[in-house]
Amino acid sequence: MADVAVARGGGHAADHPETTTGLPHTKLAMWLFLASECLLFGALITTYVLYRGRSLEGPFPHDVFDIPYTSVSSFVLLFSSVTMVLALAAAQRGDPGRTRLWLLATAFLGMTFVGGQVYEFTTFYNEGLHLSTNLFSTTFFVLTGFHGVHVTVGILMLLSLVGMSFTDRLPEDPSFPIEMVGLYWHFVDIVWIVIFTVVYLIPTPSPAPPGG
Amino acid sequence: MAVGEERAVEAQGDRAEAESHRSGHPSPKEYVRIGVILAVLTGLEISASYSGVSGSILIPTLFVLALVKFALVVLWFMHLKFDDRRYARFFVTGLSGAIALYLIVLISLRVFLR
Repeated sequence: MADVAVARGGGHAADHPETTTGLPHTKLAMWLFLASECLLFGALITTYVLYRGRSLEGPFPHDVFDIPYTSVSSFVLLFSSVTMVLALAAAQRGDPGRTRLWLLATAFLGMTFVGGQVYEFTTFYNEGLHLSTNLFSTTFFVLTGFHGVHVTVGILMLLSLVGMSFTDRLPEDPSFPIEMVGLYWHFVDIVWIVIFTVVYLIPTPSPAPPGG
Repeated sequence: MAVGEERAVEAQGDRAEAESHRSGHPSPKEYVRIGVILAVLTGLEISASYSGVSGSILIPTLFVLALVKFALVVLWFMHLKFDDRRYARFFVTGLSGAIALYLIVLISLRVFLR
């Protein structure tokens, strides 16, 4: 059975060792990882929902949220998913120039999103909303902060792919590693779809009256 | 290793390779079309949040729109519609487990009755 796990040499086949399932185990592991990430973000989103409208002192969400600004950030992240799949399509066509271009565009859009989040956090901080100000601030910063860290890790992976492509460290057919990074990137996007709806768009109930 | 076993292993490897070089993925045009649909749905979500309709209509509407966006990204951009179903099983198991677990938490803490 040990023979089964031995990679075949030469060309891009070395990237897809023979497997007992007939599927690349790297990709199975990525889907398993993303499934586990559902539990992580599920816990953070649930905690936010659990404490919605429970803060006794402001600032409250409607005091600080700037929906048009966050909407633009959402469009940017959504658009980055399109550039990511275009990078994969270019890699599958064997077009390294366009692959690099779309990967860089995706990383740039990701950086724009994270930059926007840093600006948003700074604005909130200046308006008196700190990590431990109230239940809203704690659950909000932890949830969106975790998401921002995930986007940042995705950007680092994208830039690593671009760097590796320039130094010829990617396999002859780079579509497989690009697809793996793409899966992670799209997952970060779908998490934002949920966060944007639950945190920003659904109106928060009025604050609980003191002693109520 | 017996010849038959060798062939079986080779066939499995070929399937793995073929699977990872699927030609059944959407074309760039189709990707852009899905992107446009996602942008329109996001626009609808934002418009709905400003429409001033009551929460009992707004919240289900926003959830349905988010669900459609989620499905479009997972099925087309993450290729679950085109790839081997075993990937989908892995993901759906984790996702449905998370949804069930956290719904039980929210229901037991009476969040929806507030």
